Amino acid sequence: MTTPVVLDRRSVLAGGGALIVSFSLRHAAAQQQKGPELPGSLAKTPNLDSWIRIDADGQITAFTGKAELGQGFRTAFQQIAAEQLDIAFDALKVITADTKLTANEGYTSGSHSMQDSGTAILHAAAQARALLVAEAAKRFDVPPDKLRTENAAVIAPDGRRLSFGELVASDMLHVQAQPTSSLKDPARFKVMGQPVPRVDIPAKVTGGVAYVQDMRLPGMVHARVVRPPSYGAQLAECDTAAIEKMPGVVGIVRDGNFLAVVAEKEFGAVKAMKALSAAAKWRESAKLPNQHDLANVLTALPSQDFAIFQRHDAAVSGARSLEATYTRPYQSHGSIGPSCAVAQFVDGAMTVWTHTQGVYPDRQAIAEMLGMPQSSVRLIHVEGSGCYGHNGADDAAADAALIARALPGRPVRVQWMREQEHGWEPYGPAMVTKLSASLDGSGKIADWNFAVWSNTHSMRPGGAGSLLAAQHMARSFAVPAPKPLPLPEGGGDRNAIPIYNFPNAHVMHHFIPAMPLRISAMRALGAYHNVFSIESFMDELAGLAGADPVAFRLNHLDDPRGRAVVEKAAQEFGWVSGRRAPQNRGYGFAFARYKNLAAYCAIATEVEVDPETGRARLVRAVAAVDAGQVVNPDGITNQIEGAIVQSTSWTLYESVTFDQARITSIDWQTYPILRFNAVPDSIAVHIINRPGQPFLGSGETGQGPAAASLANAIAHATGKRLRDLPLSRKRIKDAIDA
Amino acid sequence: MTIVKVNGRDHQVDADPDTPLLYVLRNDLALNAAKFGCGLGQCGSCTVIVDGKAVLSCVTPLLLVEGKQVTTLEGLGTVAAPAPIQRAFMEEQAAQCGYCIAGMMMRAQALLMRNPKPSDAQIRAELEPHLCRCGTHMRILRAVHRAARLMDTADAASDRSVR
Repeated sequence: MTTPVVLDRRSVLAGGGALIVSFSLRHAAAQQQKGPELPGSLAKTPNLDSWIRIDADGQITAFTGKAELGQGFRTAFQQIAAEQLDIAFDALKVITADTKLTANEGYTSGSHSMQDSGTAILHAAAQARALLVAEAAKRFDVPPDKLRTENAAVIAPDGRRLSFGELVASDMLHVQAQPTSSLKDPARFKVMGQPVPRVDIPAKVTGGVAYVQDMRLPGMVHARVVRPPSYGAQLAECDTAAIEKMPGVVGIVRDGNFLAVVAEKEFGAVKAMKALSAAAKWRESAKLPNQHDLANVLTALPSQDFAIFQRHDAAVSGARSLEATYTRPYQSHGSIGPSCAVAQFVDGAMTVWTHTQGVYPDRQAIAEMLGMPQSSVRLIHVEGSGCYGHNGADDAAADAALIARALPGRPVRVQWMREQEHGWEPYGPAMVTKLSASLDGSGKIADWNFAVWSNTHSMRPGGAGSLLAAQHMARSFAVPAPKPLPLPEGGGDRNAIPIYNFPNAHVMHHFIPAMPLRISAMRALGAYHNVFSIESFMDELAGLAGADPVAFRLNHLDDPRGRAVVEKAAQEFGWVSGRRAPQNRGYGFAFARYKNLAAYCAIATEVEVDPETGRARLVRAVAAVDAGQVVNPDGITNQIEGAIVQSTSWTLYESVTFDQARITSIDWQTYPILRFNAVPDSIAVHIINRPGQPFLGSGETGQGPAAASLANAIAHATGKRLRDLPLSRKRIKDAIDA
Repeated sequence: MTIVKVNGRDHQVDADPDTPLLYVLRNDLALNAAKFGCGLGQCGSCTVIVDGKAVLSCVTPLLLVEGKQVTTLEGLGTVAAPAPIQRAFMEEQAAQCGYCIAGMMMRAQALLMRNPKPSDAQIRAELEPHLCRCGTHMRILRAVHRAARLMDTADAASDRSVR
């Protein structure tokens, strides 16, 4: 048989022929079906057993191609699967990204995990349960609607009982998903919607094995890489003789400009790395731009210009107008744990344990770098320190693979040093936005112009040229040509299109191919700066109109779910139009729908500014969020709290620094981030649940609104508008004194 | 050979005396809790308790801890029998990625050992050397307050058992 069997849901539920499945379905090509789009990642990986497996011994497993990065969705997926299979939460386990075991779901990014993988698991679990009930109906000779499920068993009205393990036949779940599922009524949820404690936290708070850093394989050796001092530097000479004789040194790996040392013990590797670093002589050529003039540097670079949005209503025209320019510097992901990976090369097969966000694309890149077939390379995701986007994870995985190939058989653990993570990670790109708008006679926005200058926001692997090791090795791979990320999600233009109902609007994306600094995806991509710009400018325009900022937003906002979060945040904050804050304090407000298609978030803040020093401190924040159907409310709250604190750090303190050739922000002294003295008094998160609605994801919805809310509160407190990120103590002080 | 006392047991360690305690704990003793974050004493991820005081193990050479009592998070409790500070962090779900958390917990534990009822300001000041990038700070503060309450209850319970 070569024609795939497409199961009709009615026949599945009736039990007729449902379990006879074509063998050809095992073939990947057979999984490409025409017909109605399947929900979430089922569209690309439609077989149920790619997501849910039930063994004859009753063991139940859910699979996801996404990587747990500390967002807690391993727990959320387990909740979804348990709910739809109608089993207890701890009656199953979840296996995450592994090129041997799980679906290819690309990258774990863009707040997509709940929509893509969560939705696939939701439907796969519901359909798996339906198949089990159908099989039981056949065996009991009872209509399926007379059966119920309980504790991983199907139960007949007369009390007869068959466990899922007894019911499952070898190929029962090896069938294509259907476009629609009979999902449980949210009113009957027992596990979904509950603040189930995260499954990963107990090990993390007791010293259990929790991270790739904690792996200790038999015979494992420790490696350290010596990176060039600047982009493009060439290794001119390196006398390694003395270092090779250092105690415990196993070997030195030198391949073009790639330099690493391997030792039996970790501190031995660190010492040898320092000696090797001192021995290496580099020819430097990097010419970095003026970090104090990024707005002019970026707008002067050649760009590809796209008009991404136009709305025109000649009947409306503005009278009073305003324009402003906002800037964002390069910013660092700043993972607390520098990147780490373990690799082992045995009998021509490479295995890499990595905290990459994308095991499949990273495998493709590493296989290309090594000149190996992808089938001989396996990547297994193991948690690392939080990444917040494309940090050094993929590069460390490539380092480990390249070194492990030189030491067949031995597991190699590569741990980046602090200055390597800070100096070599791909930064969040610098950005410039120019806005102008005018108000009509009634104080409403009549026309709106928005232009953003930015690099791409993803240089993630797929090809070897994205990996540092591949760029540095003798058979060097060129950095791939950057591409703007496509709308509607966008990259530099993410959230550049206003959600508001302006009668005239024009949005330009100036995509800059040249990348003076190594950059890639950082949490929220362009949305962080674009929302900061739009929502700051909305406050400036509200000021021009003499309107309350919250009322002004509502006056331009039609989307009912957007209005609901704005109203909720304002109400819970105790927002009162025209209310004066206590001395040196200010109130701010901001709102966005992430990517204009994902979660809604509004944030009200109170900020205190010390007029003597310019120091701004977030005093309290109140957020309202609508992320669709809630799976784990505490997980969403944790994400939004984190977004507010992390964005406060980005917004008040952070910029990558560099001189003419080298990155100079290489540790926490030179790249300071928020510490406990700046932690707010309180953060309150109010979730608007939307039972039965699609999951929208919550990992990146809060960063933009938090930034703008802070800027607006600082303007309210000081009467000064700051438009250049970060809103540093010095900039605030200078503005106050001006 | 150096003898170090970790979590109440003596361990013979074959490591150079200048080896930072962190590497000894992680590699020679296979303990996971203390983390490498910066190796510079700037982030707090590697914090352990030495003779009752919070110490940055990444910048503390083995030589300096000889004969002293080293306590890591593993020495406080287990998943099955968690110490109050561990229970508190679980109950408050005070982690996102969790990489910084073990270090935070050890400094908080050292604080609670010498000051069982710290104020919020004292907890914030004490945790100042620690960085968290996920933004879990509000939960960490709540967890330390909760740990103080749990320890208080545990002390009261053990007082009763003594009587």
